[in-house]
This record gives sequence, C-alpha cells and structure tokens, in this order.
Amino acid sequence: MMMIFGVPLAVFMGQLMLGLINGAFYALLSLGLAVIFGLLKIVNFAHGAMYMLGAFATLLGMRYLGINYWAALLLAPLVVGLFGMVIERLMLRRIGHLDHLYGLLLTFGLALIFEGTLVNFFGVSGARYPTPEALQGGFQTGFMFLPVYRAWVLLAALVVCLGTWFIIERTRLGAYLRAGTENPALMQSFGVNVPLLITLTYGFGVALAAFAGVLAAPLYPVSPTMGSNLLIVVFAVVVIGGMGSILGAILTGLGMGLIEGLTKVYYPEAANTVIFLVMILVLMLRPAGLFGKEA
Amino acid sequence: MATTQTLTPVMERQRRANMRRNAFYLVLIVVGLLAPFVAYPVFLMKVLCFALFACAFNLLLGYAGLLSFGHAAFLATGGYVTGYLLSSYPGLTPELGILIGTGAAVVLGVAFGALAIRRQGIYFAMVTLALAQLMFFFYIQAPFTGGEDGLHGVPRGDLFGFISLRSNLAMYYFVFAIFLIGFAIVQRAVHSPFGQVLKAIRENEPRALSLGYNVDAYKLLAFVISAGLAGLAGSTKTIVFQLASLTDAHWHMSGEVILMTLLGGVGTLFGPIVGAGLVVSLQHVLAQSPLGNWVSVILGLIFVICVLSFRSGIVGEINKMYRKNFK
Repeated sequence: MMMIFGVPLAVFMGQLMLGLINGAFYALLSLGLAVIFGLLKIVNFAHGAMYMLGAFATLLGMRYLGINYWAALLLAPLVVGLFGMVIERLMLRRIGHLDHLYGLLLTFGLALIFEGTLVNFFGVSGARYPTPEALQGGFQTGFMFLPVYRAWVLLAALVVCLGTWFIIERTRLGAYLRAGTENPALMQSFGVNVPLLITLTYGFGVALAAFAGVLAAPLYPVSPTMGSNLLIVVFAVVVIGGMGSILGAILTGLGMGLIEGLTKVYYPEAANTVIFLVMILVLMLRPAGLFGKEA
Repeated sequence: MATTQTLTPVMERQRRANMRRNAFYLVLIVVGLLAPFVAYPVFLMKVLCFALFACAFNLLLGYAGLLSFGHAAFLATGGYVTGYLLSSYPGLTPELGILIGTGAAVVLGVAFGALAIRRQGIYFAMVTLALAQLMFFFYIQAPFTGGEDGLHGVPRGDLFGFISLRSNLAMYYFVFAIFLIGFAIVQRAVHSPFGQVLKAIRENEPRALSLGYNVDAYKLLAFVISAGLAGLAGSTKTIVFQLASLTDAHWHMSGEVILMTLLGGVGTLFGPIVGAGLVVSLQHVLAQSPLGNWVSVILGLIFVICVLSFRSGIVGEINKMYRKNFK
C-alpha cells in the first residue's frame, strides 16, 4: 500500500477529505460573518446559534412536519433568515449608532438564549439525522472510499460560496452592498433604501449559517451546543483571513480545514488547537490577517 | 488655621468630595467586616472573588475600552496553578500559592496581551476569545489539571504558616483583605496619570498616539494588570472552594464577567462589584428554584436588556441621578 510520510494513503486522503468538509463549514460561516460585518460592522455572535437553528429546523421539520431533506435545504435557511431579519429590525437596528462592541454583546446574549432554551427541551446529547436516500453509499476511487454525502456537502458548500461571491462582486445588488459597506450615508442620499439593505444583508448572512446547519445535520449529532464551539474556531479563521475579502474568507476557511485534517493525521493531540496556533502565527507575522487591509 | 483660609472654593469643594469619598470607603469596609455575621461567609467569599474578577475586567473594558472575551483563561490559570501547587507541595503556604498563581496569570497576560493588542476593536475580542479557547483545550489535556474532573480537595492550609484558614470566618477575612488590595490597585490605576492616558486612548486612539503616548505599551500594561488581578481572583477562589475546574476556563465564564460588569456599570469603580453580587445571587437563587435549568437563558435575557436599554448599568444610572439631583 502506498504511504505518505508513514501514513497509509487511504487514511491520509480520508483525513484530508474530513478536513476539507470542516473547511467548507468554516468557509460558509466565515463568509456569512464577513457579509454581515461588511454592512452592519458587528460581529454576529449569534452566528453559531443560527447554524444550530438551521440544523434543528431540519431535524424538527422531518420529525413533526414530514419535511424531507431537499425541502429543508431551501426552507430552513429561509425560516432562519426571516427570523434573523426580525431580530435585526427589532434589536440590532436600535443599537446601530453605538459602539460596535454592543452588537457583539447583544448577539452573545441572543446566542445564550437560543442555546439555553433548546438545551432545556432537547438536552445536550444530540440527535441523529438520517442521510437522505439519494446521497447514501459512496464511490470507490481506487485510493480511498468517498461517501456520496460528503462529496455532496463539499459541492453544495462550494457552489453556495461561489454563488455568494458572484452576487456580491458581479451583480447590481452586490454593487449596492459594496457601496453601502464603503459609505452608507452617501448611498442613502442617492435614494437607496439602506435600512432595508441592512435587514436583507443580515437575513442573508444568517441564512448562510442555517444552510451550513442543514448540510451538517446528517454529518454531526444535532445538538444545541453544536454551534458555539464551532463559532469560536470560525472567529479564529476570520482573524486569520480578515473580513475584508469574500474570496479570502472562502479560501481561508477551506485552507484551515485542510490544515486541521493534516494535523489529525500527524499529531492528533493538536487537532483541536492548530487553528488557534495558526492564528497566533498570523498575528505575529501579518497582524492585519492574510487578506486584511487594515489592522 | 492659616492654611484653611487660603483654600479657594474649588479646592474646598475638592476637599469635601475627598472626605465624602473616604467616609464612603470607610463605611463599605465596616460593612465588609461585619458581613460574615449576617450572611453565609462562603457565599460572600464567592461574591468577593467574582467582584475582584469583574473589577479586573472592568479596568480593561471600562477604562481602556478593550473588550476581552477571554478573561476566563486568566481566572482558570490562577486557579489551576495555585490548586496544583498547594495539592502537590503540602509545605507551601496559601499566600505563596496565590502569589505564584497570580504570577502565572501575569505571564500569560503578557503573552496574550502582546498578541491581542495587534488588532483593534472587534478583532481584539475575537483574538482574546480564540486564545482563551486554546487555553481551554490545553487545560483539558494537560496532565496536572485533572481533565474533566478538575482538581478537588485543594488544602486551604495555614496563612503565613500559622493562621489556619480551615474556618470559614478566617478564610473570609483573608479573602476580604485580598479583595481590598485588588480593588485598591484598580482604584489607584484608574485615578493615576496612567488611568488618564488609558481613557484618552479609549476616547480617541489616533489622537493619543499623535500626542506622543506609546499607546501599545499603555494597552499592554492595562491588559497585564487586568490579567494578573483576574488570576488573583482565580487563585483565591480555588483556595476558598478547594476546587479548580474547567468551568472557570470555559467561554461562558468570560461571558459572565462581561455581564457582571455591564449590569453593574461599565467604567464605574463600584459597578462590577454590584454586578458580581447580583449575578452570583441570581445564580444562587435560581439554582434552588424550578427555574434552575434556565440560568443561561435568563443571563442571556439580562444581557439583551442591558445592551438595549440599560447601558450605563446600575451604578452608572445611580451616578446620573445623583449628578442631576444633587449637583
């Protein structure tokens, strides 16, 4: 059997694939954070909770409403996105004029509320969501076994990430968004409804997190705390990449997933912490982040 | 006396304000000394430890404008180092254990502070959170922390080698003394030229920089003092409860100390103490009520309410009212 630095090729590729999947989630989540940060200038601490709500919407939709995976893929981000818009209108808007740290604190409080409420109803152990029938099984690729569902997650995440990049960089709506990021007051004076744009942006960013949650439901146990631990890693990813660039967020996310996967192969003890260590390294060598413009 | 006649009205007002303040401090100290005869000392010690923790955090957020989302790391470091040393070396006296634990938090504060101040605002918060999470994973795996179980049965020992701390009353006065020292450090730092520069940085960092202040050095010093005091709180807490556990290292703890400070009043000297007292009491009451499982939801709600409509906090609001009605 072929070996790579003393590790069988199949194991090596398998871990790399797992890392890439994790990276896809990092990319989706940090992309949403970056979109929200661009216009609202707040770091959405409730992002992990929204990811978790997306997974729960999928699980509960199946259990109580008979909604299948494919419908959930569309409905869960929609529902969570609308929920996010309500939160933006009722709460975030009221503190928009304050120091942006308040946005972080408010969304932190919201995350505690969502997480705590669901813990009370569903406990912390987590439930399994079955892999949809069409995506069961796997490919035998000669050097490794690739489950169909994992390939699908990677594909779907990449399509959504690139689609988001296309919308923001190549469409008129995206141009408004970028202009609003630069100078919202000027945009408003040109007759663009900036408050509406902000609401939609928050809804969209949150919907991305929920979409990631739906993708994650058949992979990881669906539990109320699944989002918060992931979010802290995503924060580190965001610090590494900087939130200035959409493609930067996607690339950093995938790259960090790969690094995590590689660490799992060669030094599993550090797999949990390697991204934080990379963050420290980046802070020392390039404090603005890999794709950041300002410190 | 001749000197009093030369006092200008401004100086006279200043002198009166100082007298009022000193009298106020004196009353509080007397209350603190009598408190264990009215309330349960262990509960009071918990409040004092968290009050010191919140005061340390407030020095950073309230006066330097730096939101650290990773202060649990320093609390836990103080706690684990002190707990490990006192458990492993029976000859070590508690005050030395606390001193070394605090020193460990200071060292960690230098390292984390130097990294975190390379980024500003929201990034600062995220960096500190990530670094604290790193410490959390470290403490899960490190051989000396007892992993998920934590360190139990840390001996309280004899203060200076001859004052037994086994009685809760003796322990209380020791904790009270530590709290007063910590509070005095914060009070001195805030009212010194150092504190004034911190406020200048908080209000307008580029301006402070262009006035020639070494902004990074000031921020780092504030961070290190804050980390050290948080470590002091953690070390003391470990001796009080004879326990060091992962709870102290979890990001929930970093969130709790923010809430205490926010609820009591960011940037006020007494706010964190009031906030810590309230949050600890609330947790105590809720734990025994049917709402015991809803603690984190209720804390989240308080967070949201504080941010939306109560940003000055309790002490901040009292100060506002006082200024409006009595000045």
